[in-house]
Amino acid sequence: MDMDDVPTQQRNKLPDHLERQRTRVTCKADAPTHTQGFQYSGAFAAMGVDNSVSVEKFCNSFKIKINRLTEDDMEFDMIGVDASIANAFRRILIAEVPTMAIEKVFMVDNTSVIADEVLSHRLGLIPLDADPRLFDHISDDVPNERNTIVYKLHVSCEKGSQRLTVKSGQLEWLPEGSQLLMASAAQGEKQKTYTSFGQSQKNISGRSIGVKYKDITIARLGPGQAIELEAHAVKGVGKVHAKWSPVATAWYRMLPEVVLLKEIKDGEAEELVKKCPVNVFDIEDLGNGAKRAVVARPRACTLCRECVMGPTGEQVELRRVRDHFIFTIESTGALPPEVLFTEAVKILEEKCERVISELS
Amino acid sequence: MEHGSVADSTASSFSIMEEDHTLANSVRFVLNQDPRVAFCGYSIPHPADNKVNIRVQTTGDPAKDVMVDALQDLMVMCQHARGTFDTAVADFRANKPMERMDIDLNKS
Repeated sequence: MDMDDVPTQQRNKLPDHLERQRTRVTCKADAPTHTQGFQYSGAFAAMGVDNSVSVEKFCNSFKIKINRLTEDDMEFDMIGVDASIANAFRRILIAEVPTMAIEKVFMVDNTSVIADEVLSHRLGLIPLDADPRLFDHISDDVPNERNTIVYKLHVSCEKGSQRLTVKSGQLEWLPEGSQLLMASAAQGEKQKTYTSFGQSQKNISGRSIGVKYKDITIARLGPGQAIELEAHAVKGVGKVHAKWSPVATAWYRMLPEVVLLKEIKDGEAEELVKKCPVNVFDIEDLGNGAKRAVVARPRACTLCRECVMGPTGEQVELRRVRDHFIFTIESTGALPPEVLFTEAVKILEEKCERVISELS
Repeated sequence: MEHGSVADSTASSFSIMEEDHTLANSVRFVLNQDPRVAFCGYSIPHPADNKVNIRVQTTGDPAKDVMVDALQDLMVMCQHARGTFDTAVADFRANKPMERMDIDLNKS
């Protein structure tokens, strides 16, 4: 095709329909279209449009806006980033940001109805209020004050008394390390415990390392039953076991964009407002009893596609902005959500660094 | 580890251990945005193996250099993201002080 055939084509600018395919995912009634996007830098080279993203371009367009930030959950908008990067952050948050969790349980006595292994598993899942950055990964299985946190649980239910519920708050932190003695060594030698702490953990943490939530039920004891155990928590990552995942969940969704392709009036407008289960649309009064539908809350859109189905569906178009992510992080409590995100980004940097050093 | 030919340095496969989609997909994105790259893609040869293979073919530059540049770019992007995020959090806190956690029933 001769370039003269396209006189409307402006230099260095994509025609509207291509620009929309590049920056939006359109959700039709049956399926979304243009989900892939254009990855290749030279995709529009023939049209004189550069599709490459240099670091400078990225830095100029990248934006973050915090919508909500509490002690253990946050939501923010991440704008100007590709899904692959946003997804890397999400994956790292779930599987690769380390936390502390109970890994070994030394069962001294368990006469409760809950089996040892089930009890241990329950203990493992209890979120600990320990900053993992203060600790090391346990390497050659030598537990010391830098890689292990020790908890003790010693509860019993007296005969003749009511049933007893054991809560996570009853786990007692042992800053001096294990109190369980190993099978005695040679005579005269000091008896060893299951940890070798060089100093009190109080010196490392500065505050007591308890559990995050004190009201988690661990077990219920009947009269005459007892549990005595010691639990050792170590540092780990979520890909080994979900108990080390620092987030309840971390997810993102693309920003919804709802467009009315033509003016929707009166009865049709009311029908459209009624159709939407999350109230995306509002009615605007034009005076003289005339009404018009407007898109008031596009962010609420869950993409149920109710509005694009049926005979009037052609009037509305649902889109998602490809490079705008609404990112939510729900922390389990070890670290606040904003710290988790920075830690996740740091981990991706470390990954790059590792490969660079291996290549050079 | 890099697999390429001695005669032609413009095409190489990189086999990276202990990595998965997290890094590979991000690097593939950055590589694709580089005008020097003619083709790039990645695969995980077996789900049980902890490794990815990243294929890079360039229009003339050594594939290894382009790969290192992409990783460096990704690192700079991360650093920028982290900086932007920290500023956004600081701004948010300054404008709307965090609601104190008196409501937390666990901390009585």
